[in-house]
Amino acid sequence: MSAVMADVRLAKFKRRKTVNKVALVLSFAAMSFGLFWLFWILWETIRLGLGGINLATFTQMTPAPNEAGGIANAIYGSFFMVLLATFVGTPIGIMAGIYLAEYNVKGWLAVTTRFVNDILLSAPSIVIGLFVYAVIVSRFKSFSGWAGVMALALIVIPVVIRTTENMLQLVPAGLREAAYALGAPKWKVITAITLRAARAGVVTGILLAVARISGETAPLLFTALNNQFWTSDMSQPMASLPVTIFKFAMSPYENWQQLAWAGVFLITVAVLGLNILARVLTRNKN
Amino acid sequence: MSSTLPAGGAAFDPVSKSAKRNMINPPPGNAVRRSPLADKMFAWVAQGAAWLTLLLLAGILLSLIVGAWPAISKYGLGFLTSTTWDPVKNEYGGLVMIYGTVATSLIALIIAVPVSFGIALFLTELSPTWLKRPLGTAIELLAAVPSIVYGMWGLLVFGPILATYVQQPLQKAFGETPYLGALVSGPPVGIGILSAGIILAIMIIPFIASVMRDVFDVTPVMLKESAYALGSTTWEVVYKVVLPYTKAGVVGGIMLGLGRALGETMAITFVIGNFNQLDSLSLFQAANSITSALANEFAEAAEGLHQAALIYLGLVLFFITFVVLALSKLMLVQLSKNEGTKT
Repeated sequence: MSAVMADVRLAKFKRRKTVNKVALVLSFAAMSFGLFWLFWILWETIRLGLGGINLATFTQMTPAPNEAGGIANAIYGSFFMVLLATFVGTPIGIMAGIYLAEYNVKGWLAVTTRFVNDILLSAPSIVIGLFVYAVIVSRFKSFSGWAGVMALALIVIPVVIRTTENMLQLVPAGLREAAYALGAPKWKVITAITLRAARAGVVTGILLAVARISGETAPLLFTALNNQFWTSDMSQPMASLPVTIFKFAMSPYENWQQLAWAGVFLITVAVLGLNILARVLTRNKN
Repeated sequence: MSSTLPAGGAAFDPVSKSAKRNMINPPPGNAVRRSPLADKMFAWVAQGAAWLTLLLLAGILLSLIVGAWPAISKYGLGFLTSTTWDPVKNEYGGLVMIYGTVATSLIALIIAVPVSFGIALFLTELSPTWLKRPLGTAIELLAAVPSIVYGMWGLLVFGPILATYVQQPLQKAFGETPYLGALVSGPPVGIGILSAGIILAIMIIPFIASVMRDVFDVTPVMLKESAYALGSTTWEVVYKVVLPYTKAGVVGGIMLGLGRALGETMAITFVIGNFNQLDSLSLFQAANSITSALANEFAEAAEGLHQAALIYLGLVLFFITFVVLALSKLMLVQLSKNEGTKT
């Protein structure tokens, strides 16, 4: 009798061990599955992108089909719009983050803003494009670089709010209390003490925001549109790297596709580089 | 929290006994009164920025409703169930795009949820400590890759491979089977709902996996160790202790991934095929999604009903993602509330 019981138990134990082993192997497989895609995409980007890059890529304008050229105007447009959007969006994001972390933390305004911000953070970026189209483009009857900047800035804001708030919350209350005890007014405490203590984290948030908007295509499609030529007139349609890639990649022309791959390579390197830099910054802090 | 702190002046009292100190430091009252304007301005600006965020959401909603109004007033809710999309006859219905969006997102979830769970399990229970950070970062980088890169890679690299090595064999194997055959009919060219769904899955895995990893990590170590001490295997600990404890958070993470999948634009636009008809349920069939319809047609759409119909689609998309993301957020908040009561 007891021998049978022992057998049953042993069988059950064995089954549990097998289930465990299967689960762990599957988990390992899932991990490899995730990494597999990352490396595959990176590999193709490097293989196809690096081959298409030469000096002309950075010095010449986007060409007509089957002619030689580069993507200089798209790189410039992207760089300029991302720069301006960061300058517009960052102060608003930081101030709102300060409000959420330092003023009336549990008030209805802070709670609602936090909730709305989390939704804006993941909201479809193409809807932001629609919004800017309705507010700016259709009013001024023209696609423009400014509209693109506006759309990108609206994407920067939630990212910066989120990281600023989180980083300010990590600042020990003792620091603030010490500053108050010395008689510093609140705005001084915030700008000179807490914001300064959370500097690395806030910069990380800005870097992540820059990385995010550098690759955004959807909000630019009907705000900045595209431009075949070099322009620094922000009230004109403006070329950007992602939109140029979109146009070129969907085309049947060999040289356009090659330039698109070169663009994809540049954008991937920039975005992943910014992300890694942001991570290194916070790690040193910790 | 800082609002409960005493005002600056109160701390000066003990010091003011020393006459010498008093001469160097201004009297306490002045220190507070000296900059009420700067203080107020700063508070106003901060509060204004918070309001701006709220207004942004309201503005988006309002502008979408206003922009879509011609289509809303003409079609009403019937727009959501009509499959006609004919810019030539100026006749619009959104079902094809809504179907495309929902179908691709569902495929993405079916693939991404188990994989993300596996990754979270690996990162929290199996991985050696020194590998946790690099592996976690690698998975998160998958989220950082711009969607246009996924799109171009999907169209030019992944699509053809999927067609040759997955779609054609599947069609050979199941083409004659009833029901299943319908799913795999259509041209196996690597463009359509299936490829869009797979690429979406890759894109949302990092979001779901990192939420799952984070909530798995908040499970009290005591709970896990108790289960191990009773002789549980790793799988049993995760499946019977960690998962029930973090249920709300896990669902929240899945909803977050769903929200991302619904709103994803460029990757889908490349691979879904932009075909405005719904004549079969085949997964290989080219289709269209809300986001790709907007990306392809909006800039060229004539003002008037065509544009209004597209904005109506955008409104529908925004509404769906808003609900999904709000639910996700509520689930995650619920988890952190429970956490407070149990520890």
